[in-house]
Amino acid sequence: MSQIFKPSTNTLARVSMFGALFILAILAWVMVTLNRSSLATRQGIVLQQPVPFSHDHHVAGLGISCLYCHTTVEESSFAGIPPSATCMNCHKLIWNESPMLEPVRESYRTGQPIEWTRVHDLPDFVYFDHSIHVAKGIGCASCHGRVDQMPLMYQAESLQMEWCLDCHRAPEKYVRPRAEIYNMDWVSADQATEGARLIADYNVQSKLSCSVCHR
Amino acid sequence: MTTPGKPPIVAPGHSPGSVTDQISSIVLTRMPRWWWAAFGASFALVMMLLFALTKLVVEGTGIWGLNIPVGWGFAIINFVWWIGIGHAGTLISAILLLLRQDWRTSINRFAEAMTLFAVACAGLFPLIHVGRPWLAYWLLPYPNTMDIWPQFRSPLVWDVFAVTTYATVSLLFWYVGLVPDLATLRDRARQRLAKITYGFLSMGWRGSATHWHNYETSYLLLAGLATPLVVSVHTVVSFDFAVGQLPGWHATIFPPYFVAGAIFAGFAMVITLAVPLRSLFDLKDFITIRHLQNMGKIMLATGLIVAYGYVIEIFMAWYSGNWFEEFMILNRIQGPYRMHWYALLLCNVLAPQLLWFKRVRSTPALLFVVAMFVNVGMWLERFVIVVTSLHRDFLPSSWGMYAGTRWDWAIFVGSIGLFLALLFLFVRFLPMISIFEMRTIVPKTQTRGPEEVSQ
Repeated sequence: MSQIFKPSTNTLARVSMFGALFILAILAWVMVTLNRSSLATRQGIVLQQPVPFSHDHHVAGLGISCLYCHTTVEESSFAGIPPSATCMNCHKLIWNESPMLEPVRESYRTGQPIEWTRVHDLPDFVYFDHSIHVAKGIGCASCHGRVDQMPLMYQAESLQMEWCLDCHRAPEKYVRPRAEIYNMDWVSADQATEGARLIADYNVQSKLSCSVCHR
Repeated sequence: MTTPGKPPIVAPGHSPGSVTDQISSIVLTRMPRWWWAAFGASFALVMMLLFALTKLVVEGTGIWGLNIPVGWGFAIINFVWWIGIGHAGTLISAILLLLRQDWRTSINRFAEAMTLFAVACAGLFPLIHVGRPWLAYWLLPYPNTMDIWPQFRSPLVWDVFAVTTYATVSLLFWYVGLVPDLATLRDRARQRLAKITYGFLSMGWRGSATHWHNYETSYLLLAGLATPLVVSVHTVVSFDFAVGQLPGWHATIFPPYFVAGAIFAGFAMVITLAVPLRSLFDLKDFITIRHLQNMGKIMLATGLIVAYGYVIEIFMAWYSGNWFEEFMILNRIQGPYRMHWYALLLCNVLAPQLLWFKRVRSTPALLFVVAMFVNVGMWLERFVIVVTSLHRDFLPSSWGMYAGTRWDWAIFVGSIGLFLALLFLFVRFLPMISIFEMRTIVPKTQTRGPEEVSQ
């Protein structure tokens, strides 16, 4: 009876056994990495907008406060996207001929809002409220990053649940005085003591129940 | 090894060679015509299952009969039914091996295969029951971006561990036991493809002393691992109910009663399969009346434990002095689902009493009929537990009724088709009786003929 397999098959069998383990390990690593990469989260990716609005220019350059445009951030779940009228307060007078701003003027004329591409898009099954975070001393930059350094807006953080929980489990790591909410480059000299004090002052609770966010 | 007055575990006149020839020839020769018809029919049911599952994924679980108050229906009934059926395989392969019951040899292989296929069918139901099966991996604890673990206090998570462990150990046990036989098939196969496939699967088995030593060690270790699973898996499954605070579920009798029920159901299924297979493939020499008798006895014993469970449920309802418990039992006896309960008593309590008679235990056809009663009865038992406990909520304003829709039935019947299709493929491609283990018991079971004695 002739042999079915060549002697080299023995080596092949051993190699493939370890190879299979190796491939499985690589596969697991790839899955975990992809799941946290910007392919899945859109973190750090600049999205196409109808008008190339620069937060860098308006905030850092001109010193306009966040609240000037995002007017409802202290009262509402939604921080608010300004109407074109807000833009036109200035742009009636400056850069009023710029072709780049034509969509803004057109929107102002017709009353048809500009359709911005949403950058921070939480899943629909998540309830998020800006007002409570601002009231309890969480600054804009804590979640949105250094918006004052973004010529074009992008998502600074992953917005994955593990990222939310990082703060919800230990808010003292990120809480800041209410006066510094809109200060983009505020850094505490001693977050450990100041955080603990603010937690007590503002009565910040570590909210971890499922139904806080998944209502 | 032949006990006087008992039928032998291998018919007389067999040698190791004839055993090998007869069992391996089933795989290595063409299948009879009935096989094609039977496989075709079960494959058609698999297609129906796939159609129903597609419909389910597209439309959602709304196509099922589930609603409040009956939020658990066919999916959990079928899951428990299938997982219970699997238990006989593990009991036969592990516990009877450790107890050195020689008669297990000719039924362990296909009982183990039956276990695997039953676990596969069982596993299907929790997966589709979660509603979004593509997220079913959330049941497993793994480092995820949500940074949370599954709810470890929930019996549903214990279920995931119990069933995956069970499936893994059963698969390993079955495969390790197959290796020497795969080598036999490799050596006997004529076609090149068959030689290569069996050769690949037998992992270079040459039957050397080292191979046998390793084999024996690993097989015993796996048997040791599988033994607690016979008890633990269905205990955990019963916790799905027993941990819930609902009259009819919240009972300490559940774990032992479920385990006995599982073995009861499992042996019923083994008999359901063994009786036709031994006639159709002419294996009456190996699966003898002795095997059927023994399985009948185990069914009788476990059936009595199950009947005891029913009695205790009624007793505890009275003994608890709790209105809701009493109402649950009265509702079971007199309520809208009373016919299910009576049918259950007929199938699971009355029918197995026939097994007291040796005539019934030694007549394959009668045994088959009793086993079919038990198969139906065990499904009804889960129906009664799940539906009658849920449909009368604590508040009469929340009372409701439940019935499976045609999609419920299509998926259930389809899962039976899947089970049978896998089984037919198994008998086609793998030896359904362990060849090498039969070879070891043949010399022990053969009494010498008079002419040999005189020499």
